[in-house]
This record gives sequence, C-alpha cells and structure tokens, in this order.
Amino acid sequence: MNNSRNSLIAGIIGWTSAIVMFFPIFWMLVTSFKSEIDAVVPSIFFKPTLQSYFDVNSRADYLHYAWNSVVESIGSTILALMIGLPAAYACAFYPGRKTKDLLLWMLSTKMMPAVGVLVPMYLMFRDAGLLDTRLGLVLLFTGGNLPIVIWMLYSFFKDVPTPILEAGRMDGARFWTQMRYILIPISLPGIASTALLSIILCWNEAFWSLNLSASQAGPLTAFIASFSSPEGLFWAKLSAASTLAVAPILIMGWITQRQLVRGLTFGAVK
Amino acid sequence: MAARSRELKTGPLLAPAVGVLLFWMIVPLAFTLWFSFQRYNLQNPMITGFAGITNYKILLMSSRLWVSILNTLVLVGSVLSLTVIFGIIFAVVFDQDFPGRNIARLLVTAPFFIMPTVSALIWKNLLMHPVNGFFSYVSRWLGLPVIDWFVQWPMFSVIMIVAWQWIPFATLILVTAMQSLDREQMEAARMDGAKGFALFWNITLPHLARPISVVVMIECIFLLSVFAEILVTTSGGPGMATTNLSYFIYMRALLQWDVGGASAAGVIAIVLANIVAAFLIRTFAKNLERD
Amino acid sequence: MANLSLKNVTKSFGALNIIKGIDLEINDHEFCVFVGPSGCGKSTLLRLIAGLEEITSGDLTIAGKRVNDVPPDERGLAMVFQSYALYPHMTVRENMGFALKLAKVPQAERDARVEKVAELLELGPYLERKPKALSGGQRQRVAIGRAIIREPSIFLFDEPLSNLDAALRVQTRIELARLHERLGSTMIYVTHDQVEAMTLADKIVVLKDGLIEQVGTPMELYHHPKNRFVGGFIGSPKMNFIKARVGTTSADGVEIILPGGAKMAVPVSGASVKTGESVELGVRPEHLQLDEHGPLSGTVIVAERLGAETFVHVELSPDTIVIAQVDGGSTIRVHDQARLSAVGNACHVFAADGTALPALTQHPLVAKHI
Repeated sequence: MNNSRNSLIAGIIGWTSAIVMFFPIFWMLVTSFKSEIDAVVPSIFFKPTLQSYFDVNSRADYLHYAWNSVVESIGSTILALMIGLPAAYACAFYPGRKTKDLLLWMLSTKMMPAVGVLVPMYLMFRDAGLLDTRLGLVLLFTGGNLPIVIWMLYSFFKDVPTPILEAGRMDGARFWTQMRYILIPISLPGIASTALLSIILCWNEAFWSLNLSASQAGPLTAFIASFSSPEGLFWAKLSAASTLAVAPILIMGWITQRQLVRGLTFGAVK
Repeated sequence: MAARSRELKTGPLLAPAVGVLLFWMIVPLAFTLWFSFQRYNLQNPMITGFAGITNYKILLMSSRLWVSILNTLVLVGSVLSLTVIFGIIFAVVFDQDFPGRNIARLLVTAPFFIMPTVSALIWKNLLMHPVNGFFSYVSRWLGLPVIDWFVQWPMFSVIMIVAWQWIPFATLILVTAMQSLDREQMEAARMDGAKGFALFWNITLPHLARPISVVVMIECIFLLSVFAEILVTTSGGPGMATTNLSYFIYMRALLQWDVGGASAAGVIAIVLANIVAAFLIRTFAKNLERD
Repeated sequence: MANLSLKNVTKSFGALNIIKGIDLEINDHEFCVFVGPSGCGKSTLLRLIAGLEEITSGDLTIAGKRVNDVPPDERGLAMVFQSYALYPHMTVRENMGFALKLAKVPQAERDARVEKVAELLELGPYLERKPKALSGGQRQRVAIGRAIIREPSIFLFDEPLSNLDAALRVQTRIELARLHERLGSTMIYVTHDQVEAMTLADKIVVLKDGLIEQVGTPMELYHHPKNRFVGGFIGSPKMNFIKARVGTTSADGVEIILPGGAKMAVPVSGASVKTGESVELGVRPEHLQLDEHGPLSGTVIVAERLGAETFVHVELSPDTIVIAQVDGGSTIRVHDQARLSAVGNACHVFAADGTALPALTQHPLVAKHI
C-alpha cells in the first residue's frame, strides 16, 4: 500500500535532515568534551574530558554572565507579564471599537528595526547611566517583547469562553476574584508558554545585549561573542561555554514547541 | 459585551502597556529623526549644528549605503527562499508517520533555539575554519580543495548560518499548520483520484498558503535586522561583502561615532521596514477580523 | 405584587437598537418563557435582567426595588447558560460551591448544601469529577445545580436544552417542569422552540425585533393570537394562511369569500373591516379536515405519514399550499384531488396590517384560565 512506501521515504528524508540539521550542535557537544589539543583536530575518536567545562568558569567568569542572562531574562519576563496580562485581558474580554487598532499598533512597534534607533538608545542609556546595567537591558527587553507577550496572551484568553467569566460574575466574582479563581487557572498553560517564549527571546537576544552591555551586565550572548576575536581560539572551552549557554534554552524550547508557535506568529497559526 | 461596562474600566488595564510601547517608540524615533538632521560626531562632540539634509545626501550618494541595502535584500531574499522551501518539505515529511518521528522533529527544530552568537561561532570555527574546521577535514579526506568560506564565499556563508537557524522556525510553524489540515477534505480528494503530488499541489499547498505568508512576513521583520552573525564572523567583510544595513549603521554609530550619519541611515532602515510592515499589518488585520 | 417588572426598557449597542421598549410584569412563582425568532432580542432581554448588559433606558424592578445599577450577584438571581459555562478546572462539587465560597459560607455548611442539591439532581456519584468527564445531560444538571444552590428568587435559563440531543431534550424538559413544581421559584426561560414554550410556560412572551408581540398563557396564544406573526409562530406545523376577501359582516361574525368563490362564516368581530377588504384566513392544520363538500379544493402534492396522523399538503392554487392534519388511517395519496373544510370557530381572520379580528367568544380553556 502507498502508506508504507510513503512512510519509508518520509523516514529517510526525515532522519537525514534531522542528522544534517543537528550535526553542528552535535559537533559542538562533542568538541566540548575534548581537550584543547584534540579540539582543533576534527576527529571523532578522542579521549573525553570534562576539563574544558571546569576551565570555562575559572578563566572567564562564565557564571557571572550566566547569572546576568538569568536575571535579565526572568526579570524582563516578569515585568512583561505584569504589564501585558491586564492589557491582554482588556482586549480579549472587553473589546471596544479601538481594540483591533490597538493590537495592530502594538504589532507595528515590533516591526521597527532596532538598528534604526541604535544611536538615540545608546546616547540615552549613556546619559541615564544605564549603559552596561542589568536594569537597562531588562527595560529594553520588556519593551521589545511586550507586543509578543500581549498577542500571545490575547490569543490564549480568546480561547476561554466568555460565558465562563459571566457565570463567575453571576456567582459574585469581581475582577481580581475572576483572575485568581477562574481565568488564570484555566489559561495557566498558555501563560506558562508565554513566559517561556519571553525567556527564550530574551536569552537569545543578540543586538541590544551586544551593543549596550559590557563586562558588568553582559549576558551570555555577549560572553560568547567575545570569543570571536583571534585570541579566543580555545575551541574546547568555546564549545563547553556554548553548550552550557544553550542547553537550558534548548530544553525549554523542546518542551514547549507547540505552544510557542502561537506566540511566534502573533496568534495567526495555532 | 459593552465596552463601557460599569463593571470595568479598561483604561487602567491598557495604560501601562500603551505607555511603555509609546515611550519606546516615540522617544527614540524622535531622536533619530532629530539627529539625522544634525552634524554630530562623538569623536568631535564640539562640532554641532543643523546639517539639513546633508547627512542624507552624503548617504544616498555614497555607494556604501546602496551596497548595504543590496546585501540586505540578497540576505533576506535568499534566507526566505531557503526557509520556505525546506520548511514546506520538512512539514510534509514530518506529517507522515515514521519510526522516531518525534525525535527527528526535535533535532530538526533545535537550531532555532541556539543563540545567534553561538550559532555563528560554531559555523565559523568548528565547521568552516579552513584549517581546523570539519568541512576542511572532509574536503581533504575527499581530495577536494579546501574552501576558506568566509573569504571566498562570505555572503553565502552568512546566508547558510542564518538559514540554518530559521529553517527550523518555518518548519515548526508549518508542521503545526499541517495539523489543522482537514483530513476529510483530503479523503474526499483521494476519492476524486488525487494522489501524491497532485494531492500536495491542490489541497496541501493552498491550505499552507496562509501560514506560509505569516512565516514570510515574520521572518522579514527579524531578517532585516540580522546583526550578531555578521559581527561575530566577518565584521561586514571582506570589504563590504557582508555588510547589511544593520551592520552598516552599527559601524557608523559605534565604530565611527558618526551620530548624524548613522541616524540618517537609521531613518532609511525604518522606512524600508515600514514598507514591509504595511503588508504585514494588513494581513494580520484580516486575521483579527476572522477571529 | 409582581416579582419582576420592566418599564419601557430599551437597549442599544451604539446606533443599533436591539430592545425597543419593553413593558412586562412577571409574577411570583411564574414560569415565564421568552420566545421568538433569531435576532428578536430574547437573549439580550435575559442578559439585561441578569445584569450582564447595561440597560440603556427604562427601569428594571425586582421585588419593588429598582436594580438597574445593582451588580448581577446582588439581584437575587441565578442563571443557567446555554453552553452551561461550567468551570473546567473545578470539580462538580467546587463548581456548585463556588458562589457560596465567594460569599464566605463556612466549609461545613457549603458541603451540606452542595450535597443536598446534588441529591436533588442525582449528581451524587459525580461530585468529584471534572466537567470534561461528564456527559452533556450531566453537565446541564451541574449548571442547574450551580443556580439552585444560590437559592435565588428568580431563575434565568438561556436556551438550556439546545445543546442536547432530541431524546434527552424531551426528558430534560419534563425534569425542568417538575423542578419548577418542586421549588416553586419564579423562572424566566428563553427559547426559540415553541414546543418548549407551550409545554413549560405559565406565561409566554412572544418577541419580534425587540418588541413584544403578545403576552399570554399558552392557550391564549394558541387560541387567540393577536396578530399574524404570533399565529404563525405558535403551533407546529405552522398555521395556514389563505388570502381572502371580506364578504358581509353581522353581529354573528364575518363572512369570508375564499379564492374560487366559496364562502365561509367565521365568528369574529367585523367592526374594523369593510366589505371587499383583503384579509387572510388563518387556520391550523389540525383544524382542517377532508370534506367532500368543503369550500377548499386542490391537488395533494405531499403526504407525510407519521403513523398516528398524516400531514397532507394540498395545492389550492399555484401560490397557495395548505397543510392539513388528517387521521393516520386515511388512504389519501399524492396526486389525488382533495376537498377541505375548516371548523368555523377555530379559524382566524387577519386584517391587511396583520392584526387579528377579535373572536366573539373565548375558547373554554382560556375562559377557565387553564
């Protein structure tokens, strides 16, 4: 029957592409377990060692940058949720004539290329003392992710049937009670996915974090970027640092793949 | 429900979000516009003054700006094509059931979650390095000449890196979109005699048309501002071979400290982005209608 | 004193007028049904009473107190939604106890009341289940239980049976009637199904385009519809309408001239019509009978045999088809010629503007307030 032949072809193409696409990551993983001497020889046979992982932190203070990534991603996500949740609630359950325009306007702010405002941002940050501060980056990330957070929450809230909230009103629930007992428990998976997407986007952000931070507040993106100069030739350590930098996000992304699609497409694909 | 319900005033709920976005948009935008008309270089901060449209004139007449715009278009166009083509292929492939499908799919979508600086450095050092990279190893093993990727094919190399990251994005979106394909419709088509490619062309592809357009437009937003990959690999070179508009402005602003020039270029970038944005907004407006 | 009263209530959404001026009194213990075609405003009216929508103008009074500005949960009401609107993340017990929890009723009392209501609705074994593990009928009972537990003075039902399959619908309809009997509370019920209206209501309110067409008991509406719309809405199959002209009028009634020349006497008041005026004769299928000497004649085009009765569609003229309900044993067939007559005092006459000519005598069921 056609199906098993289709299955076979699909399997071959599927696994080939999987191996090809994943190979660079695999290679990075492998290199991280090599000694520096082995690392520059692209061979598959070597004596594995964890030395590089230990060195990464002692030489270049990896933990400091990692902590910056954590603080900046989570801080910005919490802030974005605090601001975005009420807004998404208002748009989803109390839509007015202007709601559509408002949502589209928020979308449009995301479309502005960051590079277009690089100059004033740099100067503003410099003059406000925000250059190379965690607070500065948190504020920037929040502004950048707010449209996605709001659209994603909006999309999940729209899935909650309005009569459920109305039943809550009839039972005596006002705004905060509705949120606490009805809306948030029901849309918790959606809120969690939104938070995870925000964390992923902040963690991987590679424009503002490279230009407006240095040794104090630089996150892992900047840390890795510093390995790009010729002195940073220590490939095993680079691989170890990179593996540590991407592992948490990779796992997070794998777990929430499906739900992320909604946020990544501003609700257009569910 | 009525918007002006006694129950709730939506104003205070929306105000913080609107406020934040207004601030982040209006203030920097206003400054960029202002600076673009100024003569202001941070290396000589004493020399200031209204420059009129001098900055714009210099930019638009310099070939460097046009080269960077061309590079941007080449980069975006190539990556878009690659991601859409492979995205569709992978979506169709991963819609079939085969052993280990879920794991294979995880592997295929992994690159999207890798931060751009890591991606770039993996490709530059571990894979493409002319002496120690994996590709050179394979070339030597096969007896083929070793290619110094970033010197001989710089733009192509950058495109590869960026496409490698974004093909998973397109795949992820389109695989999800395939789930909503009406199976009954496909069965009806099969009864009408459509098989294999005909089925794909007449049923699957039209269904994917909308998600594909969403993918294209979202990628446009992000691809126009590719930056980290270029910074970490080629720094725009050799020459201007891989300088896109983003990198061009970066160089002007933070390497040459030409605030006026960089701002003018920034305005041009914003105008370009807005043209793309106009199409995007219209499509999403239609989406909102449908909901 | 009326339990609930609406005085000149209107509702507009921007420029759109949905409710155009409603005056209505609903009495204590009454089962009142709002019925009408889609878009007539019946659900909106219910939501205005519930407090889920704001009244644009007019007064809503419950137990003598004006409640326009009172929040929904303080009006002494409870509502059963069309989609049941159960809280999906809570068990049946928690669903029913939610209102009490918000009112800070202590746990022990809450549990006792939940169990009492669960017993009443036979939901005992399902108390710890979540809504997705329940059947449609069970979910509906939980929705009703959630309303009962608040011990409201008025129950509101928004098309509660429309999501059930046909058999369950009939069964649940009966359970609702018995519930009303048992609890004795006022119930306001919205439906588009006139069978539900007829069987459940003490009082029916027929709505069209945001206005009341008629208010009355089921028998009043059936026997004495005030206009063509109500006549055509109540009763299934629909009332037949035949174009006719006024012949002579007298103290005994009005003589109608049917197309084809035949005449019929109908005991309605002819005070508002003149000879020669165009009117419509309204006669229900169940009041038409096969009669060799009847004034209406035509060809049978459809015969629907249901066993106990047969519905015969007779084409009187190219643009007039009437449906007659005849005995199930009738041997009439498609393409046969048929003659029909109507029981005189079961007929209605509607003037050109749709209003019904008043009957000279009341139907006995109506006169006795059945």
